[in-house]
Amino acid sequence: MTIETPHIRVQNLNLYYGANRALKNISIDIPDKKVTSFIGPSGCGKTTLLKTLNRLHDSSLEVKVEGKVLLDGEDIYAKGVDVTAIRKKMGLLSQRPFPLPMSIYDNIAYGPRIHGENDRHKLDHLVEQYLKDVALWDEVKDRLKAPASRLSIGQQQRLCLARGLAVEPEIILGDEPTSALDPVSTQKIEELFLQLKEKYTIVLVTHILRQARRVSDYCAFVYMGEIIEFAPTEQLLLDPKEKLTKEYVRGFLS
Amino acid sequence: MKAKNIEEGFFKILMIISAFVVVGSFFLIVGTIVVKGAPAMSWDLITKVPSGGFFLGGEGGVLNAIIGSFYIAAGSSLLALLISLPVVIYINAYLPKRSWLGNLTRMGYDVLFGIPSIVYGAFGFTLMMYLGMRASLLGGIIAVTLLVIPIMIRTMDEVIRTVPNELYEATFSLGATRLETAWVILRQVAPGIMTAILLAFGRGIGDVASVMFTAGFSDNIPTSLNDPTATLPLAIFNQLSSPYEDVRAKAYASALILTIFVLIISVLARLLSKRFSKNKV
Repeated sequence: MTIETPHIRVQNLNLYYGANRALKNISIDIPDKKVTSFIGPSGCGKTTLLKTLNRLHDSSLEVKVEGKVLLDGEDIYAKGVDVTAIRKKMGLLSQRPFPLPMSIYDNIAYGPRIHGENDRHKLDHLVEQYLKDVALWDEVKDRLKAPASRLSIGQQQRLCLARGLAVEPEIILGDEPTSALDPVSTQKIEELFLQLKEKYTIVLVTHILRQARRVSDYCAFVYMGEIIEFAPTEQLLLDPKEKLTKEYVRGFLS
Repeated sequence: MKAKNIEEGFFKILMIISAFVVVGSFFLIVGTIVVKGAPAMSWDLITKVPSGGFFLGGEGGVLNAIIGSFYIAAGSSLLALLISLPVVIYINAYLPKRSWLGNLTRMGYDVLFGIPSIVYGAFGFTLMMYLGMRASLLGGIIAVTLLVIPIMIRTMDEVIRTVPNELYEATFSLGATRLETAWVILRQVAPGIMTAILLAFGRGIGDVASVMFTAGFSDNIPTSLNDPTATLPLAIFNQLSSPYEDVRAKAYASALILTIFVLIISVLARLLSKRFSKNKV
């Protein structure tokens, strides 16, 4: 499948955990300002693939990455690339929310601060704006100085999303971001994704097929470290071409 | 079913006994010090330096040793913290997991951890001889610093290793550098850092062997880093070796002072770490 305007292009990517080849010859074009989801059974490599997109494997000695990941045409694994600048372009939402050990306010202000924003009024404004973007403002506006750890899990996950947005990324990476959440919080996150895709490219790892169907435009089926099939979501889930994909979406494969 | 109940009851009793042994010995030690030391406790003991013939029953107190011990424990805790923090930050936030350098460092401090304090005292003494220094406050601080660094690194390393990888990933994804990430991690483990400082302080204030040759002893309060310095444990040792009973009683009173000192520090540290931990994830 060809993508008109790819934002990220993964080309012939191989990843090894020691001797174990965890990702095999992955090539995929991730479209700009759309939601692309990676589905597949546990341990298939979908999270591993997601983490290669912002070089989160860098500090693992046993991991070796081969191939290219082009972000706006520039290879992020090339020599001399500024890793922090690349990561700044991508917000990450992990399986469980991990607020920073500081107040609600400081969690949002952290990103802008480390990138040089110290103006009090500007920070106030940013905090309000991003908390509103994730529909958290009304719930926390009276206790911005309270520790972020006091929020409910669902609120924490939205806070983490706002924290990621505050560094003005182009891409949001979600690693099963609703797996620890209750149905109501899950729904809120999904609604946010649908709004956010107007401004951001979203890559979502999920094992919930209905979620992939609800929020994503494109869907890639990952199995045993390979991309078996990549297609518009409806097509992949309802009319898959590959035998393995068929078995998986019908629930015979896990 | 019945056998299980007996098993449950048996081990429960064992656990209760163990708890009593621990709590009981705490009260036994404190009780002994209080009973034997309280009668000899006086305002003079904590506000005056020893006058001539103190260890033979003379007038005066152990203020020199109280101040000396405080200087040495505080100085060495601070110095050890300045050396330990960069080490733990480096092996946790900079080196990859299971790197050989990290493993070597951890093995190194584990070995140092087990070395008796007299060895640090002897090493410090040799070092001072080589540098042409005399027994002094600085010498004591250096020897005790060497002694407490492994304790500090080990305690801090253990708490930092419990930080989930996701917290690192969270700050990395915001475009934070490793140093900026390290600061967030330190905030997360602030209570653990407090514990490390407290353990080091407690060890530093109570150790005799490392300061015996390096800090020396003096009846005066040190006014510079080059002055020989008295310490409470050594003062207690000297008083206990006295043939006079009232001097030996003062040893228990001095031990009481030392215990109260450590108690205050540990309560303070607990209060502080409570404040620090309010933001913990």
